Amino acid sequence: MSAVVHTAALTARQLRAFLRVPAFFAMNLVQPLIWLLLFGQLFRSVAQIPGFTGGDYLTFLTPGVVMMMAMFGAAWTGAGYIQDMERGVMDRLLTSPTSRTAMIVSTLAYQSVLTVLQTAVLLVVAWTAGVRFDGGAVGVGVLVLAAVLLTVVFGALSDAVALVTRQHNALIGISQLLAFPVMFLSSAIMDVSLAPSWVGAVARLNPFEWAVVAGREAVSASTDWGSVLVHLGLLAAAGALGVVAATAAFRVYRRSA
Amino acid sequence: MQNSPALDAHGLVKTYPGGRGRPPVTALAGLSLTARTGSVLALLGPNGAGKSTTVKILSTLSRADAGTATVAGHDVAHRPDQVRRAIGLVAQRSVVDPMDTGTENLVLAGRLHGLSAGEARTRAAELLDVFGLADAAHRRAGTWSGGMVRKLDVAVGLVHRPQVLFLDEPTTGLDPEARAELWAQIERLVRLEQVTVLLTTHYLDEADRLADQVVIVDHGRVVAEGTPDELKSALAGDGLAVELGLGHDAGRAVDAARRVAGLADVTVDGATLRARAARGAALLPPLIAALEEAGVRVEAASVARPGLDDVYLRHTGRSMAAMAERAA
Repeated sequence: MSAVVHTAALTARQLRAFLRVPAFFAMNLVQPLIWLLLFGQLFRSVAQIPGFTGGDYLTFLTPGVVMMMAMFGAAWTGAGYIQDMERGVMDRLLTSPTSRTAMIVSTLAYQSVLTVLQTAVLLVVAWTAGVRFDGGAVGVGVLVLAAVLLTVVFGALSDAVALVTRQHNALIGISQLLAFPVMFLSSAIMDVSLAPSWVGAVARLNPFEWAVVAGREAVSASTDWGSVLVHLGLLAAAGALGVVAATAAFRVYRRSA
Repeated sequence: MQNSPALDAHGLVKTYPGGRGRPPVTALAGLSLTARTGSVLALLGPNGAGKSTTVKILSTLSRADAGTATVAGHDVAHRPDQVRRAIGLVAQRSVVDPMDTGTENLVLAGRLHGLSAGEARTRAAELLDVFGLADAAHRRAGTWSGGMVRKLDVAVGLVHRPQVLFLDEPTTGLDPEARAELWAQIERLVRLEQVTVLLTTHYLDEADRLADQVVIVDHGRVVAEGTPDELKSALAGDGLAVELGLGHDAGRAVDAARRVAGLADVTVDGATLRARAARGAALLPPLIAALEEAGVRVEAASVARPGLDDVYLRHTGRSMAAMAERAA
């Protein structure tokens, strides 16, 4: 019970800080909007390649950009910890009965709120640009759910990296190193059936790809719900594993204190 | 638990890896200390003496390589959860979130320690009042002065009425006025809340003013302990300090001083010759005469009751005041 109270109190703390400096929210939106509108123009003719199964390119791209935004945003989740470590806030929390799991889950809950808000803005822009999803409201709901689960997976990873490295530079370096290959080894901006077969093989093991497939499938005209459920299940399992791993990272932090 | 000490540590050892092929660093080499319930214990020593490592181990942030410790009757290694319920920590760096207001910082701390929302708000208002921060309660802590933030740090540490409060260099970086004010607040709160305090500091006047018991640490070990008065009176008699003129011959000055009957512990530190004597005032004229006779010019001379700096000098061979000046 206390873990729930702790999670709520710590999530509220981050939301207060967010509401006080809303500029960060806008800044985090600029890049995905550029991706959506620039890639949408740049790669428009991809849809004309024989064998491309995605239909209209912008409609194909939008779920991919939603997931890119969720992943790149989630990569920053651990940055809040590093700020807390640079101050004495982390030491204060760790010498109090605050639940370690609550400390991790609150950062993921906060980041998920950001993902939902940013996805909403992005979808409005996409709609204005002419994107129409056949999957309707339910499909869009599942797309958002997939984005939230992806946020949890990469947010937990970011928390763990922050707790182990304790440095902004290390966190930035590792997330940049991971995020770009993870993004390109997927169908986010390109139909993988048009790429060399090894790309498709790697993509099937990529949690980012699971989210892209689940989201895109959910908003399509003829949704394969079996595939959506399998991919959401895989994401949820990876997320749960991530939370356990990140909570364990507190032990590493304590050993080196 | 009534009669057991609030803090009890035996033979704490902690070594940190040196990194990049350097030898490991020994932070604590068998440190032991005891603080009775309701007292203020000051850990006094220069940077790197092991003060912060001791606080980290006793507050469950870090684990000792060897040794045992209990805080409020709970073993820090085996019952860290129990210890965390019983303690408050004011770390060297501020524990306050600058994005939150004073009230929000205190209410959050209270909620994390199991207070209900209502209790946390009542307690926050009470502490803001006690610390004279009520006017700034609804302003973001990031906009407060250093002295105000430090008071809020102490208030955050006290929100849940801990049995033991750790104050790790609470007044470092504060101007003298803010320091004096914080000392007065800490003194008042210790009486009001009946909390046992472990204070680390490298300010002698801070330890002298606040502590019931002083433990001097050097190189990870306790080199002296007692009440400030005990420590001072253990140094027999008064301290004599003579400022020597430019170009003095330190060896000759010491030799001359040692020939004066009744003087003990003669040392030279820079341009200052120090000695001890049962009745310092009576021995100052013969000391000056002996120095002048040996051709050592005397610029100034004084006699003082021993202070903690003299105690520190005696036990570590270094003057803390001089080291602090050099560091500053």
